[in-house]
Amino acid sequence: MIKSRYLKFAFAAAVASVLATAPAARADEQFFPLQSYRVGPYAAGGTGFFGGFIDYLNLINIRDGGVNGVKLTWDEGETQYEVERGVEVYERLKGRPGVAAWNPLSVGIAYAMIDRITKDKVPLITINHGRTDSTDGRVFPYVFPLLLNPYSETSGIVNYIASREGGVDKLKDKKIVVLYHGSPYGKETIPIYKLFANKYQFSLEQIEVPHPGNEQQSQWLSIRRAKPDYVVLRGWGVMNPVALKTAQKVGFPADHIIGNVWSNSEEDVIPAGDAAKGYIAITTQASGEQYPVLQEVIKTVYGAGKGNLDDKKRIGSVYHNLGIVNGILNVEAIRIAQAKFGKRTLTGDEVRWGFEHLQLDPARVEALGAKDLFHSINVTWDNHEGDGRVTFQQWDGGKWKVVSGWIAPDWAFLRPIIEKSAAGYAKEHGIKVRTSGDEAVSN
Amino acid sequence: MFDYQFLIEVLVGGLLSGVMYSLVAIGFVLIYKTSGVLNFAQGAMLLFAALTFVSLLERGISFPVAFVITLAIMVVLGVSVERAVLRPLVNQPPITLFMATLGLSYVIEGAAQLLWGTQVHGLDIGISDVPLDIAGVFISRFDLFAAAVAGSLVALFALFFRYTRTGLSFRAVADDPFAALAVGLRLPRVWASVWTASGIVALVAGLLWGARLGVQFSLSLVVLKALPVLVLGGFDSIAGAIIGGLLIGAIEKLSEVYVGPLFGGGIEAWAAYVVALVLLLVRPSGLFGQKLVERV
Repeated sequence: MIKSRYLKFAFAAAVASVLATAPAARADEQFFPLQSYRVGPYAAGGTGFFGGFIDYLNLINIRDGGVNGVKLTWDEGETQYEVERGVEVYERLKGRPGVAAWNPLSVGIAYAMIDRITKDKVPLITINHGRTDSTDGRVFPYVFPLLLNPYSETSGIVNYIASREGGVDKLKDKKIVVLYHGSPYGKETIPIYKLFANKYQFSLEQIEVPHPGNEQQSQWLSIRRAKPDYVVLRGWGVMNPVALKTAQKVGFPADHIIGNVWSNSEEDVIPAGDAAKGYIAITTQASGEQYPVLQEVIKTVYGAGKGNLDDKKRIGSVYHNLGIVNGILNVEAIRIAQAKFGKRTLTGDEVRWGFEHLQLDPARVEALGAKDLFHSINVTWDNHEGDGRVTFQQWDGGKWKVVSGWIAPDWAFLRPIIEKSAAGYAKEHGIKVRTSGDEAVSN
Repeated sequence: MFDYQFLIEVLVGGLLSGVMYSLVAIGFVLIYKTSGVLNFAQGAMLLFAALTFVSLLERGISFPVAFVITLAIMVVLGVSVERAVLRPLVNQPPITLFMATLGLSYVIEGAAQLLWGTQVHGLDIGISDVPLDIAGVFISRFDLFAAAVAGSLVALFALFFRYTRTGLSFRAVADDPFAALAVGLRLPRVWASVWTASGIVALVAGLLWGARLGVQFSLSLVVLKALPVLVLGGFDSIAGAIIGGLLIGAIEKLSEVYVGPLFGGGIEAWAAYVVALVLLLVRPSGLFGQKLVERV
């Protein structure tokens, strides 16, 4: 096992060095540069997400011969989740022909790339994360926080709690504590929770956990004293299992802890052992391998010995399925753009156009073999999130089980806040706000 | 009205957390005491030990056998570090040795992930963490167990240092390495033994911290919890590591709960360093560290 891993590593290094000096790609190839992280503190998430993404690209190549005959290619650069390395990989790979889109799955790297990708006119996909105001495509033409931005996540969680209590009117006089990671990511939703607390008249307390969050005794003692009805866990990495374990220590029930989208993976609950049983978390994509697209990946990709995950038990895990859904969205954006521009290698700007017309209704999602894996998406030139729905899953000690229907965040309430923030960004950076998405696509 | 029961709960929780910090700090003290090296790789050793142990468990090896195998691996690691890294750097300035251990920590972390993979693991050592309710004050069973383990470890080290020949040679080297060398003590052997002891501490601390956080890469970050403990207790005192840990644990929790709200929360990580820094200004060798007197 170890030996084969060394061999794989050596082989990958050799292939990478050949690719690095390879001549221009053929005209029928579309290239995905991947700023992956397969070692370092966040490797568990990185291997799952990028594994799922590559598995789906492989499925399209093996099963369909690419997208309308255009083969999908990719190359990975290791970032260890570090911003500097992410930018270095960007600079190294941006010159490759036929770059379709960037998918770093890192808030820090994504922030560092916004100016660069805007200048280079290539889409930046920040599925389930990134700047909330980049939802406003009028100001951020090349950034796509697909499916869910942090504000929609907040609204989805509040709506779920309301549904458990019997309606939003029942939130009045309830008490919610938000336990957040002490980082810009963790703090981003502080004002939004306040807005919802005012709107629905619930009592709110927001408590910070200093990075990395491996000690939370004092925070959970404060929570015990506050006696909240629910705790929202807005964590990251080791903070999540420690929160669940410490909650058990102070006797707070796990089924009243609601995790956000970065507190919803197997990696967040397995280390917590029994303390995680009953814990609930939001997600945009369900876990499990029962969906037709996952079955096809297993049969076609893993059957051909081209699966990306070393451990097949991780197929269908939260991060792997996020990678699969991310693959579907990228591939469908290319397919949509090809319908307009031709079945050939597209420019980054043409792929951007494809993303801005990425409309997959439940029927199309079902046709793609992803019914119940994710709900739908409806991206437009000015709405780059695409109104993703969320669902909630509960950890039973061995796997996640879906415990809610697909819930819609309160987009109408959030949109003016997003537009205001985006307008501020546009003013600060001297950006001309787009008034239409029909402008010519540069080649 | 002031809630004294809550105060006691916070204080007890802090003291018990402090014991966990002490466990990590002891590993530093052992190395520093006998070789003057601040071993920054202690956190990586802790990660390596826990990851090795849990990986063996997951391959169907029983708990005691996995423990013994991991112990043997940590002994080999300790001896190898002494041979391959420290011995060639003997007589180099302390900063060189520190940088060597810094590099070593990255090598050990990388090797751990290469050998055992990047997945996170749960570790159940059979101690339930359902709290004990003592007169309304919740006390963690797991933390009590960890405190008992740490106490036993310190008692064992105290007996070892006092009543065994190797322990005596440790103390001799700690007091004056040149005098120890002059009377015939073999320093490399002592250093290899002490790195082995440090590896054992890393294993015990790794299992307890691993059961608390899960066995994952961030285990190596627990060294950051030990640093203010060392500043407070002194780099060369095991008793100092214990008392320093208790003080830092209590200060962290009390400051977070009672002072934190004034600053918007999240202060415990740096509050401990503020205390350590103040003490450093007043008493550079820590509360229990030896005062260094040099003839110039």
